[in-house]
Amino acid sequence: MTTNIILAGVGGQGILTLAGVLDLACLNNNFLFKQSEIHGMSQRGGSVHSHVRISENTIYSDIIPLKGADAIVATEPMELLRYLHYLKPEGWLITDNETVENIRSYPDKESLFELIAQHKNHLIVNATEQARKIGNANISNMILLGILSQFVPLKERGLKAAIKTLFEHKGERIVQMNIDAFEIGITLVPDNFRKNEH
Amino acid sequence: MRHIVLGNEAVAQGAIDAGISGVYAYPGTPSTEITEYIIKKNKTGKLNLQATWSSNEKTALEAALGMSYAGKRALVAMKHVGLNVAMDAFMNMAISGINGGLVLVVADDPSMHSSQNEQDSRYLAHFAKVPTIEPSNQQEAYDGIRHAFNLSERLKMPVLYRLVTRLAHSRSLVSFNSPDSKSDFKILSNTDRFKLVPSKAREQYDELIKKQSVISAESAESPFNQLAIGRETSLGIVACGIAYNYLMEHFQKNCPYYILKLSQYPIPTEQIKTIYEKCDQILVLEEGYPFVEEQLGNFFDKKSKVIGKLTQHLNRTGELNPDLVAISLGISKVKNTELPAIVKPRLPQLCEGCGHIDLFNSLNEIKKEIGDGKIFGDIGCYALGALPPFETINTLIDMGASIPMAKGAADAGLRPSIAVIGDSTFTHSGITGLLDCVNDHAPVTIIISDNAAIAMTGGQESAAKTKLKNICLGIGVHPDHVRIMEPLPKNHSKNISLIKEEIDYQDVSVIISQRACVRLSAERKKLAKEMAYV
Repeated sequence: MTTNIILAGVGGQGILTLAGVLDLACLNNNFLFKQSEIHGMSQRGGSVHSHVRISENTIYSDIIPLKGADAIVATEPMELLRYLHYLKPEGWLITDNETVENIRSYPDKESLFELIAQHKNHLIVNATEQARKIGNANISNMILLGILSQFVPLKERGLKAAIKTLFEHKGERIVQMNIDAFEIGITLVPDNFRKNEH
Repeated sequence: MRHIVLGNEAVAQGAIDAGISGVYAYPGTPSTEITEYIIKKNKTGKLNLQATWSSNEKTALEAALGMSYAGKRALVAMKHVGLNVAMDAFMNMAISGINGGLVLVVADDPSMHSSQNEQDSRYLAHFAKVPTIEPSNQQEAYDGIRHAFNLSERLKMPVLYRLVTRLAHSRSLVSFNSPDSKSDFKILSNTDRFKLVPSKAREQYDELIKKQSVISAESAESPFNQLAIGRETSLGIVACGIAYNYLMEHFQKNCPYYILKLSQYPIPTEQIKTIYEKCDQILVLEEGYPFVEEQLGNFFDKKSKVIGKLTQHLNRTGELNPDLVAISLGISKVKNTELPAIVKPRLPQLCEGCGHIDLFNSLNEIKKEIGDGKIFGDIGCYALGALPPFETINTLIDMGASIPMAKGAADAGLRPSIAVIGDSTFTHSGITGLLDCVNDHAPVTIIISDNAAIAMTGGQESAAKTKLKNICLGIGVHPDHVRIMEPLPKNHSKNISLIKEEIDYQDVSVIISQRACVRLSAERKKLAKEMAYV
């Protein structure tokens, strides 16, 4: 079985870092993966997204088929909805509640949340706000990863080990801050959807 | 031990392990990471390779040919449109042949994620009569490079290595092999085949034609082309490069049809014949143009047996994906891909504080007086000046086109005629255009927006370095009309006056609008400042 995740956001929000943690956790825990990304001019405030596919068996396509995503995780709510057509009927929509309104035609915020809430499985969380509280708004991506950890076949400890490896060169304090953010993320998932295995 | 690598990095590591002595390249999405990876590994691993950026794709390919001439393996990397620039060298090195292995990696960009067209490089290899390798996944991207170098040396010709965006920019796990040693420096005792004067060129071209049967035999034997015999004969499928993945996504290992997994060209005719004879129809799955489909249509008696893009079973433009392939196979219907109306496009923008913004603000002020339609743009971040909110530049065609286009329009009577070009695009292919302007005393104003980097592809060092002013003076622009300005909000009115003065001058003037890219490291910004004219 393949688990398909779409990560979405705006250039500079740490989408590819998030993908990097998933990749490394796959390597360390004997999962195969494919992770495609569209970048290029994305650092200039454009949309950025990545398809991550995780499986124990051969994965062929680098792109997730339509209605094939088990979850879409976004650092920005409008970017979440950009990939809605990829979501499985029972899949999860997970997003930060802070918007990035760097375009003139940015829609009404509340209408975005209403549309997301129409979907059965959704989580709208204040990841950036919580990240700010523990010292750095930029690590909201690790809070979202904590949430995502409950929907992928990777174990929490495998993901934490990958966070450690990736941030080691930035020092112990940064590693701990990212781990803390990851753990906050786990608490944001309703109990009945949490994994028993850690 | 497996490694996490991008398709591009798999190619790069494959080339290092195949014993290259150098890489020559000009940055361009989606090819850039190949050379960046080799430059980085060369530094950290002390590999003693020649690994720097070239001024353009043509100089890159020619330098690689020189390295090959001297007996060593050389890698070249570029985006698809870069091969247009290098085409003269490419066509003729197919005729002269090579010495040390030479592999030209070209990354195509179907769907134009970051490009102005979606041309298919397989046609250009076919045109030059050399083989193409088109890997389908990251492991093949690694393995295929060594195969391509060996093939290049067996055939004594360059090999084109075709990537597409989705493989170039997708990560997976790849196993590396132990590296080959580098080949020795060795000049040929007879260099006649490199002397393409007509008498020798005719001989060499005959040789190239004779070699065609050998390169076809290589395709037939290649481990990268695999024919799988199916249970069903209603359909045979030719799946090229990554299109194979989109096919297998729906069947895993149990596809009932005949499949030719095609990753080495020319097309292996015997395997195609088997499918043609056994199957009622042949579906061609290929990324890019209908290259194989067109050839098969001409190859067989019954053209009607071949289906694909030309028969509208697949999209004629844009890239493939698993869903479009499923529709072509009849196992799925069209799915709705319409976005909710509330979702608005979020296009790339110039960074906050970018010097191009100040330049466009000044030019837009001037446009109020001179009118629209008079500013020729070029390729780089400043291409965003074609879009709202600026809409400053009127054209964007190819690398360096702004200057000769401004000249041609001025020749036709346009006043004023203004070109906007970046520092690296200017050294890539703007200099010769400027020389034409100078020789004809064309009344053009050329603005070089110099941010001390190849910014759009990630801030690689620009070949222009500190040389812009001297290049312009050396070519013969009058010293009073090589002007310098610093695009900053505080200089807004001063810069408008300066540009207006040069617009009024009825001969060639160059304005170097100089401020480092805001994305550069503090260290590089400091260096740029020290080297600046202002």
